Amino acid sequence: MDKEQFIQELNELLAEEFEVEVSSIQPSKSIKMTLALDSLSLIDLVAVIENIYKVKISGQEISGIKVFSELYDIIYDRLEK
Amino acid sequence: MERRVVITGMGIYSCLGKDLEEVKQSLYDGKSGIIFDPARKEMGFRSALTSYLDIPDLKGQLSRNQRNYMPEQAKYAYVATCEALKNANIDADFLEKNEVGLLYGNDSSADPVVKSVDTMREKKDTTLVGSGAIFQSMNSTVTMNLGCIFKLKGINLTVSGACASGSHAIGLGSLLIKWGLQDIVVCGGAQEVNPFSIGSFDGISAFSTRESDPTKASRPFDRDRDGLVPGGGAATVIIESYESAVKRGAPILAEIIGYGFSSNGDHMSQPNVDGPSRSLSMAIREAGIDLRTIEYVNAHATSTPVGDKQEAKAIYNVFGDHRPFVASTKAMTGHEMWMAGSSEIIYSMLMMQNDFIAANINFENPDEDSAKLNIPAIRVDKKFDTFLSNSFGFGGTNSTLIVKKFVK
Repeated sequence: MDKEQFIQELNELLAEEFEVEVSSIQPSKSIKMTLALDSLSLIDLVAVIENIYKVKISGQEISGIKVFSELYDIIYDRLEK
Repeated sequence: MERRVVITGMGIYSCLGKDLEEVKQSLYDGKSGIIFDPARKEMGFRSALTSYLDIPDLKGQLSRNQRNYMPEQAKYAYVATCEALKNANIDADFLEKNEVGLLYGNDSSADPVVKSVDTMREKKDTTLVGSGAIFQSMNSTVTMNLGCIFKLKGINLTVSGACASGSHAIGLGSLLIKWGLQDIVVCGGAQEVNPFSIGSFDGISAFSTRESDPTKASRPFDRDRDGLVPGGGAATVIIESYESAVKRGAPILAEIIGYGFSSNGDHMSQPNVDGPSRSLSMAIREAGIDLRTIEYVNAHATSTPVGDKQEAKAIYNVFGDHRPFVASTKAMTGHEMWMAGSSEIIYSMLMMQNDFIAANINFENPDEDSAKLNIPAIRVDKKFDTFLSNSFGFGGTNSTLIVKKFVK
């Protein structure tokens, strides 16, 4: 899967899981603001990513990821290709 | 000065219906909510009998984060509470500006516990259980969720009194109002229905195995009863001081005039006669009424051989020659456990409001103790003004409530 395809798929999955419009997910946008996550529910993102891509991101690590472009890079780099 | 405690709203989500109107009709028709669930057989259950109800889809009503904190019984409780608040003419603005309390019966939350433990075992990573697991798993999950969703500002407490939880919640709420500590309390009881929550009951052979005829399986007081059928859902009762109800112009549906309680101080699972008798007597004493004014007893009777026998003896001990109608709605609903003490107040209220006593369906032959009671096998069309409701639980906890039509 190329990166563009991956980003489109991830955006659609996140939009469905967190009940937001897919168009609201943009590379430079804040993850927490866009997905309506607080410090607690941010860890649900870890579980969703692990379930879909089998990619592990620690709770501490996810707290440091602010925008979607950072999230795309981290997951894509760790994907088994 | 002690204050009068009135009921100003009710809401229910049970196997008999998803609101008061549907439930009233099922009670009137003597309709059973019991089914055979093949999935339980595959899980190794001795009995696959259960009540059936859909888990409400609250998408669109509550946010993803709010729903993420709710196990099934909290969802039932949310739906029941929305109906109760609406009927009591209480809106979000009122809840924001007034100190409304919350006492709800709940005594387990097995499904989220099982699922999060499975995740921890499989993944070896606690983060992956997600943010909702802790709030879904705690015994106080229902009051945590309702308190935050409805922005309640008074007492916020879960009552865990086994199968008397829902009754104690109303009884304790009535005392807070009577003593002037709260003006309005949202009371109720909730019960999960998933197989994990009752597998251990099945393991001790508590359930009826009359699987060939599910709607005939729960048969309280009948000679051929062979165990209870698990049920669930949620029921909410809004209770309030008379002064508060008048000030708000709220509908006054009835008055709670007596709450009795006791502990058997005896066996873990086998009920005795003394404990329940003391609970009934205390409620009647607190109500300050002649027991002959009680025309209907909503019995705890769960369809177990020993439990029904002991309760029949207790009712006969207390009422003697006065023979009020005695019936158990569990014949239709199964045993709604943590919810039962609240739902059975609502079932009895619906009967009192609509001039009938629901049939104790499946009551075909009495045993030597139930023969001494006045148990209607078919519906009785009758006006009545006062009823008593019993709820008893494991560990020997007993609760009795007496409710009367409101007279100014």
